[in-house]
Amino acid sequence: MSTPDLLYGEAEEDLRKNVRRLLQERCDPSAVLARCESDEPYDLALWATLAGELGVAGLVVPEELGGAGASARELAVLAEELGRGVAPVPFLGSAVLATTALLECPSSEAREAVAALAGGSRIGTVAVPMTTAPGSVFPTSVSARGGALTGTVRTVVDLEVADLVVVPATDEDGPALYLLDLSSSGVRRTPVTPLDLTRRIGTLGLDGASGRRIASSDSAEEVLQHTLTTAAGILASEQTGLAQLCLDSTVEYVLTRYQFGRQIGSFQAVKHRLADLWAGVSTARATARGAADALATSGGDVDIPVALAQAYCCDTVVLAAEEHLQLHGGIGMTWEHPAHLYLGRAKSTQLALGTAERHRATIAARGGLPAA
Amino acid sequence: MITADELRDRVREFLSHHDPGELDRLEFLRARFDAGLAWVHYPPGFGGLDAARALQPVVDEEFAAADAPDNDPRSNGIGLGMAAPTILQHGSDEQRHRFLRPLWTGEEVWCQLFSEPGAGSDLAALSTRAVRDGDDWVVDGQKVWTSLAHTARWALLVARTDPGVPKHRGLTYFVCDMTAPGVEVRPLRQITGEAEFNEVFFSGVRIPDSQRLGEVGQGWQVAMSTLMNERVAIGGGNTAREDGMIGVVADTWRQRPELRTPGMHDRLLRLWVEAEATRLTGERLRQQLAAGAPGPEGSAVKLAFARLNQSISGFETELLADEGLEYDDWTMRRPEVTDMTARGPGYRYLRAKGNSIEGGTSEVLRNVIAERVLGLPAEPRVDKDVAWKELPR
Ligand SMILES: Cc1cc2nc3c(=O)[nH]c(=O)nc-3n(C[C@H](O)[C@H](O)[C@H](O)COP(=O)(O)OP(=O)(O)OC[C@H]3O[C@@H](n4cnc5c(N)ncnc54)[C@H](O)[C@@H]3O)c2cc1C
Repeated sequence: MSTPDLLYGEAEEDLRKNVRRLLQERCDPSAVLARCESDEPYDLALWATLAGELGVAGLVVPEELGGAGASARELAVLAEELGRGVAPVPFLGSAVLATTALLECPSSEAREAVAALAGGSRIGTVAVPMTTAPGSVFPTSVSARGGALTGTVRTVVDLEVADLVVVPATDEDGPALYLLDLSSSGVRRTPVTPLDLTRRIGTLGLDGASGRRIASSDSAEEVLQHTLTTAAGILASEQTGLAQLCLDSTVEYVLTRYQFGRQIGSFQAVKHRLADLWAGVSTARATARGAADALATSGGDVDIPVALAQAYCCDTVVLAAEEHLQLHGGIGMTWEHPAHLYLGRAKSTQLALGTAERHRATIAARGGLPAA
Repeated sequence: MITADELRDRVREFLSHHDPGELDRLEFLRARFDAGLAWVHYPPGFGGLDAARALQPVVDEEFAAADAPDNDPRSNGIGLGMAAPTILQHGSDEQRHRFLRPLWTGEEVWCQLFSEPGAGSDLAALSTRAVRDGDDWVVDGQKVWTSLAHTARWALLVARTDPGVPKHRGLTYFVCDMTAPGVEVRPLRQITGEAEFNEVFFSGVRIPDSQRLGEVGQGWQVAMSTLMNERVAIGGGNTAREDGMIGVVADTWRQRPELRTPGMHDRLLRLWVEAEATRLTGERLRQQLAAGAPGPEGSAVKLAFARLNQSISGFETELLADEGLEYDDWTMRRPEVTDMTARGPGYRYLRAKGNSIEGGTSEVLRNVIAERVLGLPAEPRVDKDVAWKELPR
């Protein structure tokens, strides 16, 4: 086992700077809040800028398909920054889930589709419940007969803004992946009121909608597993970015809020809490970098680094968002304050792609630590 | 002292003259109050019979068995839990007569005007001013996070009457008429989507001196007794096993075998133990309290209750997985009661976050336990002997 590179390279820091600058301009918390109850909860103009000007929608897409040809390490840095901004863009569905799945499928339709996602002209997602963990059995909720897809999938992330979807289905030959245009007939999308106001989910209903098969049997299973593992690993970086933001803004707040004639940050009870949180976020970052590096390195073990990062980060980000709210006192309980946006995002990412318990079970299985 | 059997007889006797099926609800409740069968540990004439506090359930059960209407205690939690004991302890007989009966029957809802934008944990630093003018006080300032200000008829108000003395000594406690000219209530939407609390603005509000509770300059002492009662009220709500949030998740667990995993099972059982242990701690405190006023120990129960509600609701969303990603309704509303069990898991998760802030934050409660229960020295204070108007803000 080689030692993973847990630091950030120069190109990664540049990427971070550019994305952060854009988000500071276009995506401050009050803008996110104002949008979340409007008719356009997603900021698709921002996504277009990220895709076009910064070219980050297709960060991991090879250059010949219009992408940046970068690795999961850069994708993870992008995730950190988008997490920090609780940016309402279809990053997870399009740039992570759909892109990863399509890149693994050799068909020409898949290549065309991934190029469209990279350019930002189209948005994609994968039709699995958002809580599906890597290692789950291949879903059977959709069946395909002669290319016609029928079934229902709930909590599909970024569904309402997606143009195309990769659908895991079982057909005549067993597990398969189908590429489906969401404007086809026989497709029903039902939005769900989300706990996370900054990232939406919906129910996908398919009634004989016609899709193109892009992977089948063993390879379909492998592609889906790889996709879920990649997404779980990248999500750990999103969680780290959000946890860091919660820590940073709390430190800022306790320096400016006075009670008892003192800055509340001068109370040891507050200091110790924040010191513990700093330690937690630092650890989260180490595990998230470990997962990103493993995803970027071919041939090594990926499952354990990703499970470790998720098992750690998904609870740390929730703790960070909860501490952020608590240390703000009453103001943190108000709608106008962004604390609830962070909390909703943190909580939903904790459930996404498997809870900590699921990831610990992976470690048990892969690490030779059976329950009994 | 009156015994349980004697109390039961009294209720039956009362019911034989007051048929709950026939009497108007309010008339029935008023008569029950006048018979001393409202809160039996209160003095005669004020809704009670000087009975042991622990005998209240005897009376409540008798009335419930007769299908009698109750006073809907959930819609007036601040009135019953805080205003009433404060008025009983610090009010004049005249004030007790004026306020206690309509408070108990629920005709008049109460709210608590303590916190301000600059004074939350440090309540004694508050700056809403009350200036004496003849037989009245004239109040100007702003309060915030006032739960139920939109349904309340009366409020418990602490205001600064002397800025020239150290902060704890310059406060006075009033009963404020929420319908008085110059009182403006604005809803403050909270993270659950609804507006349970409010901002309250005062401009030139006149409060008659007869509505002062306690002496001028004694507002802090009166406020402390209100807060001690609040912490008992917030912490001590669950009376039966599996009451409250633990019951909701226990039911889900029983009904939904497909959600069960070994890790979740262990967590559920730990939470169950903590819930039941906290309930017993609250019950024990209530028994200790049978006679007197609550002390700082109430803080421990409130602290545990906040932690418990937050862990259970966090657990519940994890247990439900996909359903935990959903929210029932973000619509802005002005609720009249806070019911943790009536809404969805997302609401419980978010609303429970307030439990460690409202009624004193968990950090402040730990200080109270350390200093007032354990007798540990307080932190060095920079503001103790300084006139309020000289304090840094
Ligand atoms: C749902 C809800 C309902 C409420 N209802 C009412 C109501 O009806 N009436 C009313 O008057 N008020 C009400 N409040 C207000 C509540 O009492 C205050 O929010 C609370 O006292 C904290 O004050 P603050 O918000 O100013 O926070 P701050 O006092 O600014 O506290 C910020 C953070 O600093 C910490 N802190 C402060 N001092 C110390 C210290 N000495 N040591 C360690 N940590 C410290 C706090 O614990 C907190 O984490 C309500 C609040 C909520 C959330």
